[in-house]
Amino acid sequence: MAAHSAVLSVSKIINPFWGGRLGNTVKVFGTTLTSHRNKTQLTGENIPPPAKYGGRHTVTLIPGDGIGPELLNHVREVFRFSCVPVDFEVVHVNSALETEEDINNAITAIRRNGVALKGNIETKHTMPPSVKSRNNLLRTSLDLYANVMHCQSLPGVQTRHQNIDIMIIRENTEGEYSSLEHENVPGVVESLKIITRNNSLRIAEYAFRLAREKGRRRVTAVHKANIMKLGDGLFLQCCREVASGYPDITFDSMIVDNTTMQLVSKPQQFDVMVMPNLYGNVVSNVCAGLVGGPGLVPGANYGRDYAVFETATRNTGKSIAEKNIANPTAMLLAGCMMLDHLKLHDYASSIRNAVFTTMNENRLHTADLGGQGTTSEVVQSVMRIIQSKGQLTAEL
Amino acid sequence: MDIAPIRWEERNVTAIKGPGGRWMIPPDAKESMDRSKIGLKGPLKTPIAAGHPSMNLLLRKTFDLYANVRPCISIEGYKTPYTDVNLVTIRENTEGEYSGIEHVIVDGVVQSIKLITENASRRIAEYAFEYARNNQRSSVTAVHKANIMRMSDGLFLRKCREVAENYKDVKFTEMYLDTVCLNMVQDPTQFDVLVMPNLYGDILSDLCAGLIGGLGVTPSGNIGANGVAIFESVHGTAPDIAGMDLANPTALLLSAVMMLRHMGLHDYGNKIQTACFDTIRDKKVLTKDLGGNSKCSEFTADICRRVQDLD
Repeated sequence: MAAHSAVLSVSKIINPFWGGRLGNTVKVFGTTLTSHRNKTQLTGENIPPPAKYGGRHTVTLIPGDGIGPELLNHVREVFRFSCVPVDFEVVHVNSALETEEDINNAITAIRRNGVALKGNIETKHTMPPSVKSRNNLLRTSLDLYANVMHCQSLPGVQTRHQNIDIMIIRENTEGEYSSLEHENVPGVVESLKIITRNNSLRIAEYAFRLAREKGRRRVTAVHKANIMKLGDGLFLQCCREVASGYPDITFDSMIVDNTTMQLVSKPQQFDVMVMPNLYGNVVSNVCAGLVGGPGLVPGANYGRDYAVFETATRNTGKSIAEKNIANPTAMLLAGCMMLDHLKLHDYASSIRNAVFTTMNENRLHTADLGGQGTTSEVVQSVMRIIQSKGQLTAEL
Repeated sequence: MDIAPIRWEERNVTAIKGPGGRWMIPPDAKESMDRSKIGLKGPLKTPIAAGHPSMNLLLRKTFDLYANVRPCISIEGYKTPYTDVNLVTIRENTEGEYSGIEHVIVDGVVQSIKLITENASRRIAEYAFEYARNNQRSSVTAVHKANIMRMSDGLFLRKCREVAENYKDVKFTEMYLDTVCLNMVQDPTQFDVLVMPNLYGDILSDLCAGLIGGLGVTPSGNIGANGVAIFESVHGTAPDIAGMDLANPTALLLSAVMMLRHMGLHDYGNKIQTACFDTIRDKKVLTKDLGGNSKCSEFTADICRRVQDLD
């Protein structure tokens, strides 16, 4: 494992000078080490290499609804400008249709390409209850079991709390989002929350491995096992089992209502948090709000074979759609996470640095952060900074 | 000096085993409650190996306490990162995710059932709108996750919408749970009355309590069928400081104020609340958890003095 990462870091230093000749050597060297692939870095490497033809990757792009299409257009604009070797295969999903053809096409495209970048697909209330959330279908069909979100306080953003650095790992496929509901007696609806040992062990394992990889000291499991003794009790038990295999990482647990209370008073105490689906929804939204809002944090959904990137809080933002006021930061950072996943680290760093410079140094903020900038102004600033760093770019 | 017109009847509610082997609260407690309809309760602890279900659960079932009401108002002297919080969470307290129905389907697969019924949803929605009307609150927001739990939260939402039709003077909005959480930590002033099923209510009411300073200063009321209402503080029993005159009585005092308002004794309620807030704002006699080192009795004496001065 050490040898593999050493090879990668050497290639980063040598590549710019040798322009590609040594790059080939590195690639050959890299493939002979693939037997370690499954045991190395978690945030993407145990997934088979994504579609790549002629040195260019193909990534599925699902525009979604609300602000999704415009933000993803900006991402493509920035990628095209920075000459990122990624081609997007755009698949539209019409949320107004009752059939599942659209979403199945999208799922097939993601299976084909291995990686996707998506906006949120709206779930209309006027549809009958049999029409399930498209986003949920996508996550469960592709078995994207881990939702990872990293909340960090940014120096350029004014918030009530500072020095927040929390990684949230949320089980993404079961729990309360099983979509199993029935009405046995008229007026009485039962909704099933499923917790399984396998999935709980899997997500706990993911959390601890990620914590170790990122050098984190503590993992907190969030639950409500005092009330849901069997369900959340099983989840907690699985976390404890996995924790015993990682003696270097402290493990503790906290009840979800206490967690939210602690988050709004002392969020600095949390390091890595792992939890089932619904609590993950609550905690990730609280944390996103604490660091500055839904426009700032990117999220990633990892499965064994696929990875899908989106904004962390999954909002459609219908009320601000097409007004050029949405914050493109979250989607741009999600694009960078995707580039890291595709091992295009240089491009990822350059775009990420440009986004952070715009946010923290230039202080060009959109309305959600209290500024007056428009989406296009922020994107233009990002592209200008990328160009100023001297890399190969297209025309501005 | 004006004394609040309350006569106290103390009752012990430690569970006993009734005829037929079912656990219940002592019959004289139940009878007293049925008669007076209003109760004030301190924290109850269920011993782990007691053999009977949680005491709070028992009380809830006995009196059908279907609504848990928690007003969260920023306390001027007790600084938190959030100022100007003024909202009320109304939580359905009998069903939902806390129905307690769980099964092990096969080894390693557990199913918990979340129950949503038309009656309970309608009842809590009606209470929420009544509360909004009686307390001059301008809007009620239903919190749900009907995009994922289409049928269950969908039913809850439908009932809220139906009830909203009868209360046109109160604004009705609906918002996803995640959006509420996101907005709550950024700008809690946008919320007024929130109504929601059991689990979301549990999480959100504690979140809001955290915004104003924690469970030590948050009042709570439980409304039951047949006009029964029990007001309580929601913090723990704190056995380590019990009996040492160190505890902070604010939560219980504010719950008592809620009780007075519920009974229509707004005058007394307002006086005691003002006195309490003034004492905290003054910062001269605060208990340890509020940052001072006075005793509970000193804190209370200060409040009493201020109440007398206000007369």
